[in-house]
Amino acid sequence: MKVKQISVFMENKPGRLAEMASTLGEAGINIMALTLAESSDFGVVRMIVSDFEKACQVLREKNFTVTETEVLAIEIPDRPGSLGEVLKVFAQKGLNVEYMYAFVTRKEDALIVFRFDDPDKAVEVLKDTKVKILSNEEVLALVQ
Amino acid sequence: MIWSREETLPRKELRELQLERLKAVVERVYERVPFYKKKFDQAGVKPGDIKDLRDIRNLPFTTKDDLRDNYPFGMFAVPMTEVVRVHASSGTTGKPTVVGYTRKDVETWADLMARALVGAGVHEGDIIHNAYGYGLFTGGLGFHYGAEKLGATVIPISGGNTQRQLMIMQDFGSTVLCCTPSYALNLADVIEQQGLDLKKFKLRVGIFGAEPWSERMRDEIQKRLNIKALDIYGLSEVIGPGVSCECIEAQSGLHVYEDHFLVEVIDPETGEALPPGEEGELVFTTLTKEVFPLIRYRTRDISRLIPDPCVCGRTFYRMARVTGRTDDMLIIRGVNVFPSQIEHVLLNIEGLEPHYQIIVDRRGALDELEVQVEVSEKVFSDEMKRLDELKRRIEHDLKDFLGVGAKVTLVEPRTIQRFEGKAKRVIDKRKF
Repeated sequence: MKVKQISVFMENKPGRLAEMASTLGEAGINIMALTLAESSDFGVVRMIVSDFEKACQVLREKNFTVTETEVLAIEIPDRPGSLGEVLKVFAQKGLNVEYMYAFVTRKEDALIVFRFDDPDKAVEVLKDTKVKILSNEEVLALVQ
Repeated sequence: MIWSREETLPRKELRELQLERLKAVVERVYERVPFYKKKFDQAGVKPGDIKDLRDIRNLPFTTKDDLRDNYPFGMFAVPMTEVVRVHASSGTTGKPTVVGYTRKDVETWADLMARALVGAGVHEGDIIHNAYGYGLFTGGLGFHYGAEKLGATVIPISGGNTQRQLMIMQDFGSTVLCCTPSYALNLADVIEQQGLDLKKFKLRVGIFGAEPWSERMRDEIQKRLNIKALDIYGLSEVIGPGVSCECIEAQSGLHVYEDHFLVEVIDPETGEALPPGEEGELVFTTLTKEVFPLIRYRTRDISRLIPDPCVCGRTFYRMARVTGRTDDMLIIRGVNVFPSQIEHVLLNIEGLEPHYQIIVDRRGALDELEVQVEVSEKVFSDEMKRLDELKRRIEHDLKDFLGVGAKVTLVEPRTIQRFEGKAKRVIDKRKF
């Protein structure tokens, strides 16, 4: 139930972000979700892509530093209040959210990517709740 | 104003004194320092071979590597119970260079510093603002003991905290400023930025050293602080500050205290002794130190001797201001830094690869050191806070180890040039 997120180290140099995006585009890789975290000299780009392995390969060829992180892709109804509900469940179950980013999709639901301290624990704990965790295949299906 | 009678000895008498002392120190090191005995034996020289000052050229040189190989106290010529002080300065690798002093050495050093101060026009009634760093560096305590020996009033304020420095300078009425020349410019910057009235300061003269500085910088300091600015030179291995100093009468060349230090200038490639006036590497032989006598120590500093008589009346030769180094050592805000020290710190951090670039700049008055380090996949973390932690850890370790702070910038891999052979790791953008 864990999804592979690709993270890329991004030096604060003009054109570098564009080059990363073009590299993925040229390889025919679709970006489903993306966030960019910044600090004063550098940033970290986090993405859910349509082909994780290929993305790693083409980015490394272009000298990007990449790493893999396990995240959970959670589907919630795209209406006011639904984010608060799911976050309340996490709080009750003692799950700590490191970071998150959210997207609307072609379906009626929104997709939220969560990074937990302990993703395995999160999967285990959320099993008997109503929180809908998407599998890798289900996430990929969103772009079909 | 002259502190010791030796400063005006006729050259012939000075040379006799030097020869007498040279014979004594050569014998001393041969008897008491195994390193020197071995070196002399290898070179086929004995203490008795020294009959003339020129015979010094038959003696082997001593280098910084020799000191490193004998870390920490291997070259001390007395038992540790007689060593009342140790100081240390930056080494080329993980270990610093250590020096020691007997009571007599401390006294000698204080006397030489008093000489320097008096040559700068300082007297008993002066209030000395000592902003050189106190601690293992020889700057702080060197000036301190010299000032006390002279009988002036010392404010042992050490470095940093510019606001407080300026407050004390005004309130206590400091008349003599002792610090690095870049710090003096920094003080001038802050005084101007804050709109402080220079007339409220009683500064008259400054004695600046520990880093190279130009005539242009001297003019700037003199104008902006309304003081006379003098250059002082020294290195811990030889004694600390107080090896040579400018006189206020000429402010042109630094009088070498030749009764305590025999000075030579050599060709750094061949080791050949050069005549006075020719530029080369400064080499010193200590004539009176008890714990840490050095024979023909190669300083790596480039200068030349000025044998012309000086208007101040001193007969000691002067050396020109140091114009550069023969090695890759940097001086950052008065602190010696070897690129290899930086490499040492980086290699000690797990996962970090030694692909780095050192950039030195001086945009205001003070030197800035930046170390760019490549982020490999081994250390790359998805979490920003881990990368921040890594950056801060490197900065902390560098500050701890070098004694001066550096800004660390994480950069992408393979962006730092790779080198065949010796890497050119340093980009120095400063122009003095």
